[in-house]
Amino acid sequence: MSEIRTILATDCGSTTTKAILIEKQGDEYRLVVRGEAPTTVEAPFDDVTVGVVNAVREVEELSGRRILCGGKIVVPTQGDEGVDIYLSTSSAGGGLQMTVTGVVKSMSAESAERAALGAGAIIMDVIAVDDGRKEYEKVKRIRELRPDMILMSGGTDGGTVTHLVEIAEMLLSADPKPRLGIGLKLPVIYAGNREAAAPVKDILDAKVDIKVVDNLRPTLERENLGPAREAIHELFLQHVMQQAPGYGKLMTWTSAGIMSTPNAVGKIIQTIAEQEGINVLAVDIGGATTDVFSVFAGDFTRTVSANLGMSYSICNVLAEAGLGNIRRWVPFETDEEYVREQLRNKMIRPTTIPQTIEDLYIEQAVAREALRLAFDHHKSLARELTGVQQTRTIGEALSQGATGKSLVRMMDLDMIVGSGGVLSHAPRREQSALMMLDAYQPEGVTMLAVDSIFMMPQLGILSTVMPEAASQVFKRDCLIKLGSVIAPVGNGSEGRHACTIVMNGERIEIPFGTIKVIPLAEGEKRQVEIEPGRGFDAGSGKNKTHTAEVEGGIVGMIIDARGRPLNLPSDTGKRVAKARESLKAFGLNEGLKE
Amino acid sequence: MATAYTPGLKVTPDTNIRKTRRLPLKGQVMVGMGAQVEPDTVVAMTELPGIMQTVRVPEVLGIEPSDLGRYLKVAVGDRVERGMMIAESKSMFGLIKNECKSPVGGVVELISPVSGHVGIRHKPTPVEVRAHICGRVIEIIPDEGVILEARGALIQGIFGIGGERLGQIKVVVDSPADILEEDRVTEDLAGKVVIAGSNITGAALRKAASIGVSGVVTGGIIDKDLVAYLGYDIGVAITGQEAVATSLIVTEGFGVIRMAERTFQLLKHLEGQQASIDGSTQIRAGVIRPEIIVPCEMSAESAQPAESEQSLDIGTKIRLIRSPHFGQLAEVTALPAEPVVIESGAKVRILEARLSGGEVVSVPRANVEIIQG
Repeated sequence: MSEIRTILATDCGSTTTKAILIEKQGDEYRLVVRGEAPTTVEAPFDDVTVGVVNAVREVEELSGRRILCGGKIVVPTQGDEGVDIYLSTSSAGGGLQMTVTGVVKSMSAESAERAALGAGAIIMDVIAVDDGRKEYEKVKRIRELRPDMILMSGGTDGGTVTHLVEIAEMLLSADPKPRLGIGLKLPVIYAGNREAAAPVKDILDAKVDIKVVDNLRPTLERENLGPAREAIHELFLQHVMQQAPGYGKLMTWTSAGIMSTPNAVGKIIQTIAEQEGINVLAVDIGGATTDVFSVFAGDFTRTVSANLGMSYSICNVLAEAGLGNIRRWVPFETDEEYVREQLRNKMIRPTTIPQTIEDLYIEQAVAREALRLAFDHHKSLARELTGVQQTRTIGEALSQGATGKSLVRMMDLDMIVGSGGVLSHAPRREQSALMMLDAYQPEGVTMLAVDSIFMMPQLGILSTVMPEAASQVFKRDCLIKLGSVIAPVGNGSEGRHACTIVMNGERIEIPFGTIKVIPLAEGEKRQVEIEPGRGFDAGSGKNKTHTAEVEGGIVGMIIDARGRPLNLPSDTGKRVAKARESLKAFGLNEGLKE
Repeated sequence: MATAYTPGLKVTPDTNIRKTRRLPLKGQVMVGMGAQVEPDTVVAMTELPGIMQTVRVPEVLGIEPSDLGRYLKVAVGDRVERGMMIAESKSMFGLIKNECKSPVGGVVELISPVSGHVGIRHKPTPVEVRAHICGRVIEIIPDEGVILEARGALIQGIFGIGGERLGQIKVVVDSPADILEEDRVTEDLAGKVVIAGSNITGAALRKAASIGVSGVVTGGIIDKDLVAYLGYDIGVAITGQEAVATSLIVTEGFGVIRMAERTFQLLKHLEGQQASIDGSTQIRAGVIRPEIIVPCEMSAESAQPAESEQSLDIGTKIRLIRSPHFGQLAEVTALPAEPVVIESGAKVRILEARLSGGEVVSVPRANVEIIQG
């Protein structure tokens, strides 16, 4: 690591290619500059490297460092020119789109889904023997979809063979074609019962490009997702990236291949969780999709809600959440038709921005619902393995909990990181904090943070070769801490005592139904005692005082005593009044008409 | 020199138009280089392989999969007809026969040694790609299709539903502000491309579909009326495959929005001519906008280039594409270089523009589109 002094990393997004330059300054690595340019995978350029070069040119102009020579990136450094290492990620061209199949929906199919999501894919469909559809419906569905690849799973090693053969026959029947590369065979990864590998290969070999890897669910008690994820990543490079214009050339420029953007973001989140020893929830809410990442007790889960976003998919949020759920977050009375038309027009003109404060709050209300729905989806997948017997003792047998419990435990969550335009670029950081509070309803003590300029993908791929450097830049230049939030769990009547915060010898009483923001600057830490009101849990159990260290941030220390779960008044007038109170607590009520 | 963030839609009476006509699978190109084609000329064709139907022979005959070979009457590659016996077993000293018949006509593709299932591939379905416009073949994509070139009028909409249609243009309103009501949708409009003004009502749209109108072009559509017409909500703007009788092209947006004067006048000028329309829309990953194409005779004058690079300058004509002032036309009067804080609190680059009524407004540059032509 001591030999690497300059690092260039790019992320080729669907719309924009972003380049960052990192340099070693003294003993640590720091972000120097960031440049961007439109992504050029489509006509008339049809070559992603054009956009990369344009973004790097901006980096050159801003940093004063020459990096390009003859239209290519100079690697390694030559004197004062070039960089020591160049890395890139990509989500251009729609990313990696996969279909997964399994035998049992809640077991092998779900494990396959986790494998594919963890590798950065968008899941188009999950097909299982027991998914309730008739065979011809599944065949029709597979035909209609044009995935980049299919992941097949099912059967523990030594288990069912017949079901796997039936799934193979179904795939053969559908004769699926890849999304990219007319005339090419669809890549299929087989990661099921090893005893069924040979008959499955016999059936499919002539029609698809089949690759056999270790079973991703070799026993009911164990998942082995690594080999499948690696195979997905390899095939992503070979098949998907090679088809995308200019990527073959780009891969010869980079020092470590190209990683899909969500895969890379997952890597940096895992790195940080591991290095800091914390439980983290991270979200990237984009125009079309919302990616959610979590690490709880070392278990990493990623989900992508490919149907929830703030521009292209904004009407999906409307359809899934319903207008009522969106309007409940808006701090003024709204006309139903007006809100619907705003969202429809945003869908067809996605690059527009809210000009009025009212339109901003409508969009931020939609964001809350997109975040909430994506999080619900995430919680349903981030769970313990189903099909596993938990009986160990008679006591446990008598009180056997449901298998498939969610891994996401809000009381244990240490940090939430928000990313994506609506969170990272909200006009006021307080708005980002309030959106995350409303959508996620963190419990106990949690740090809220946002990604300053969305460089998590670049830091993610960097973390695979230089984890320390990636971590340093993440903490010092990427992450903007908004502040710790204290949220006691429980509900009560308005005005009743929710908790008392004891800090610096001072006692601060917090009534139920309120939010309080206490100034505490970034980097400042305090030991606090939280004395919950009767029936409330601050982190150590009901009615028990909880001691914690809180940290300040751009917003400050936040105490959210509105209740967990959060219940909004059903009466519109009262709800609007409550929303305005929350805004006032953060100093956000200017500009709204009375 | 500043550039608009949102590329404008094309509304031009005379331009070069190129269309790629491509098969979904490899097949055969049916026309040659330089060939003149009509909208219904088949330019390429292929066969979509049929679905493979699985016949569970062991379950039907009550035998073990491993015994299939003794009873099967067909082999891989054999053609079978619907109702033809493909396997037979006998029991009770040959007195009882169990037959398994093919449920479809096709070719035996799979005999599984593990499950004993027999897969029969249905007959393929022919797939044709037509030209859709009058034009000339300027490039052959081997085994896949062609690129056509034509000269004529091109009008792009902002959003549409329904796929490719043909029809004669018929303007049925008096001004671009008029709402097309049900009583003006008459039987003689069947097969035509009907031009509305600021809106078409839900009832009028349903009537148009019932009498067989090819397509409707309107300035705006009320969101609820569109959902009722489709029968479901639209989640993302990827359209073109809807099972609707009448394609719809919206030129301005959702709501009651006056059709742009330029667009309306051009459509009036083209009235009576045959148009090739397509409601297909895709907002991301390869933007596709709905369009109306009316080819014309090649004239001695050269056409306007299809892609004209335009940028924001003082005097540029723009349309405001976000509230407030949604849909209004304006002319740029100032382009301050430094970002300013707008009402929402965001700090962005803005421009100043004079509305048609004379008022000068300040608008984020992301919220305008240049009127292209």
